[in-house]
Amino acid sequence: MRERGAGLRQNKRTGMIDIVRRDVIRGAGALGFTCAIGSYAIARPLSGTDTYQFFTPQEAAFVEAAVDRLIPPEPVWSGAGEAGVPRYIDLQLAGPYGRGDRLYLAGPIRQGVPGQGYQLGLTPAQLYRAALQGIAAESQRRGLEFASASDADKDAFLQDLEHDRVRIADFPSAIFFETLLANTIEGYFADPVYGGNRDMVAWRMIGFPGAYAAYLGVYTLHGIDLRREPLSMAQADGHGASHHRGPAGTTSGSPDRPVAEDKR
Amino acid sequence: MTERKKPVDVVLVGMGLTAAIVGRELAAEGLSVLGLERGAWRDTVPDFQSPAMHDELRYAVRQHLHQNPELETYTFRNRPDEVALPVRTLGSFLPGTDVGGAAVHWNGQTWRFLPSDFVARSHNIERYGREAVADPLTVQDWGVTYDELEPFYDKFEYLFGIGGKAGNLKGAIQPGGNPYEGPRAREYPNPPTKPAYAGALFANAALELGYRPFQVPSANMTAQYTNFEGVTLQPCMVCGFCERFGCEHFAKSSPQTTILPKLMAQPNFELRTHSHVTKVLLDSSGTRATGVLYVDLATKREIEQPAELVILCSFGINNVKHLLVSGIGQPYDPSTGQGTIGRNYSYQTMASVSIFYPESVRINPFMGAGALGTAIDDYNGDSFDHGGLGFIGGAYVAAYTTGGRPIEHHPVPPGTPRWGLSWKKAVRRHYNHTVGLSVHGCSMSARTNYLSLDPTYVDAYGMPLLRVTFDFPDNDVKMANYITDRTVEIARLMGGELIAPSHRSTPYSVVPYQTTHNTGGAIMGTDPRTSAVNRYLQSWNVPNVFVQGASAYPQNPGYNPTGTVGALAYWSAKAIKEQYLKNPGPLIR
Repeated sequence: MRERGAGLRQNKRTGMIDIVRRDVIRGAGALGFTCAIGSYAIARPLSGTDTYQFFTPQEAAFVEAAVDRLIPPEPVWSGAGEAGVPRYIDLQLAGPYGRGDRLYLAGPIRQGVPGQGYQLGLTPAQLYRAALQGIAAESQRRGLEFASASDADKDAFLQDLEHDRVRIADFPSAIFFETLLANTIEGYFADPVYGGNRDMVAWRMIGFPGAYAAYLGVYTLHGIDLRREPLSMAQADGHGASHHRGPAGTTSGSPDRPVAEDKR
Repeated sequence: MTERKKPVDVVLVGMGLTAAIVGRELAAEGLSVLGLERGAWRDTVPDFQSPAMHDELRYAVRQHLHQNPELETYTFRNRPDEVALPVRTLGSFLPGTDVGGAAVHWNGQTWRFLPSDFVARSHNIERYGREAVADPLTVQDWGVTYDELEPFYDKFEYLFGIGGKAGNLKGAIQPGGNPYEGPRAREYPNPPTKPAYAGALFANAALELGYRPFQVPSANMTAQYTNFEGVTLQPCMVCGFCERFGCEHFAKSSPQTTILPKLMAQPNFELRTHSHVTKVLLDSSGTRATGVLYVDLATKREIEQPAELVILCSFGINNVKHLLVSGIGQPYDPSTGQGTIGRNYSYQTMASVSIFYPESVRINPFMGAGALGTAIDDYNGDSFDHGGLGFIGGAYVAAYTTGGRPIEHHPVPPGTPRWGLSWKKAVRRHYNHTVGLSVHGCSMSARTNYLSLDPTYVDAYGMPLLRVTFDFPDNDVKMANYITDRTVEIARLMGGELIAPSHRSTPYSVVPYQTTHNTGGAIMGTDPRTSAVNRYLQSWNVPNVFVQGASAYPQNPGYNPTGTVGALAYWSAKAIKEQYLKNPGPLIR
């Protein structure tokens, strides 16, 4: 069992602030649970990274379990859950993306052909909420406790969602599944500053060197085995800040990477 | 109540690439020039700097440099008998916004069209007969020739510091360049890029088959360069964050890095940002523009800006919307073929071939730049005999290494599950060991592909959305598939374990990204019945309106369009300076 910290959450029914602790067992497919535990939690420092802003506990349990089937854990390479993807999706849904930023939502809403793209009048946050409520109802109907189900049962349910074999809302379940899959891949591979890709695990797994790069001197060394720690946007010290110091016309190169020519 | 501003000589609608060029040329004549930009000011410093710029999620996925669909988008359908629906989130193409427009987030692949491309109708009829351009194709000649445009291509390439190797210097074929290109007066201003690994693998196989590979002309600087405007660019660092990003290194040509420093310093030039133009105003005769109407987005006030000359410089297809909304010219009707505004909307016909390598072959896709590519042009335009093939036009084939940003780039072989453990293992296995070849094909204009105003959906300012009606004509599907098959033959010699072609499928979809090469709708030509603007990009109907950009292309050749957009802007600006200003009125009668 791994302690993941504590936080505050508004209880949707009572409007009261609950103090919650979330314990998650990794790799065993178990779900986290929440409970009010009084002053114990308050005494602990709040990390701010383990509190969901958008998902209810029930929604979070599904999402945590589902993303770990989309990108499953392995001994060396974390799955989406361990990499923080649920947290990433939660933050996205609580922010501008969730509110429909850069999404044209004006009506009339009509069903189109696939080549016309997304045609619901729902923001991503509304889409998730509706779908997750439908999934909860469907799970209950099937007698399926998704988060503690076997991997095979989870996959079967996800495949039903993927192929529109289950009715969860007044829109095809595939629209939700594709959104969840896209968001999971985003969170797994995006810069860790967004809450996923914890410890840059996804970048290490594939050998992507990250946000800072200058390969002028090495891109012609065909097939070179580039081994270096990836760099996140968060590791800004000494990288890429040089332009701020002077007028137009300076270039930056980082001392830890070869640069063929310095034209300054 | 509408506020009326002090009149200016010239108003530029949109402040991207063409506005920077035309604005600079006309301000240098001493005219008062005003640029109206719907978006914000931005510059290399501080807006494009690390660490914030190297953010795949924000810029490539959430599209923060692109036109905001919440404010203005398009509707789309494949055929005129379908109901168009809004493009609610951008996908297939990504117009820019803010100062610099799409020329900030472009890749920098800078081509010239072939001499035969400019006379596509007459050339193909002469060589293959009338059947080659028969209905539903509506292929037309441009009204300007390659030879006429050559000095303006040259000027644009020297403005932008393009790195490349000439393939044809004054008629003499040059080793290492594109042997099929039209004759050029002089070499490129900068040396070509060097091949990345993918490009080298491609070049070796292409040579073996007798093709003639060369490095794609690049607006990612291959050396420090000071252009004729006195603006200096720096060498590209090959960082892999190019298309969909602004360049932090002053190394990708854009209005900001080549021309705006000079234009902004001219006292007779003024830029107003957050100014969204809603229409061109006409006098009671409908044949003369009096200025434009725009919304000041800071105050939400409507403002009238009087001007002697109105130059539409928006992203190409947005120019067409301005024409339609303003009642300039007759809207095109696909059932009769009458009308010119919206006519001959074209796109780009893309296909691809993936090659999957053993783990011992490290491609390093992240060591990339937007225009870092190796290409062959043996199957483009009319550089090869189309006899018996059943199509006209062609494509270049290229191995590009533009970057390995992993949210969008994680190739897996066909048949791999879309998620789960086998997908994850396949991503890990193939990320650094895959090469993609692009088939970058022409888009021939066709009778039912056109632009019009949507009858139902409106933008944030109450104006109709522009409606795009498009599908790939049979000609282009045949073209793309023929050249994809040739590409597979090259791929077989590239040493991979598995080859996976993606032929051109129909119907066209606005969901997956293809290219931002939307052309036509306000096409140039010699006949006012079949073109919206004359050979100088001047409206046939309202002579003090000029329409810049790729909206002028009667059909889209098999190349990236930006080089020709720049050349046409200089060509049009020269005509305005040397002919129109002396005698304002129609330049062609």
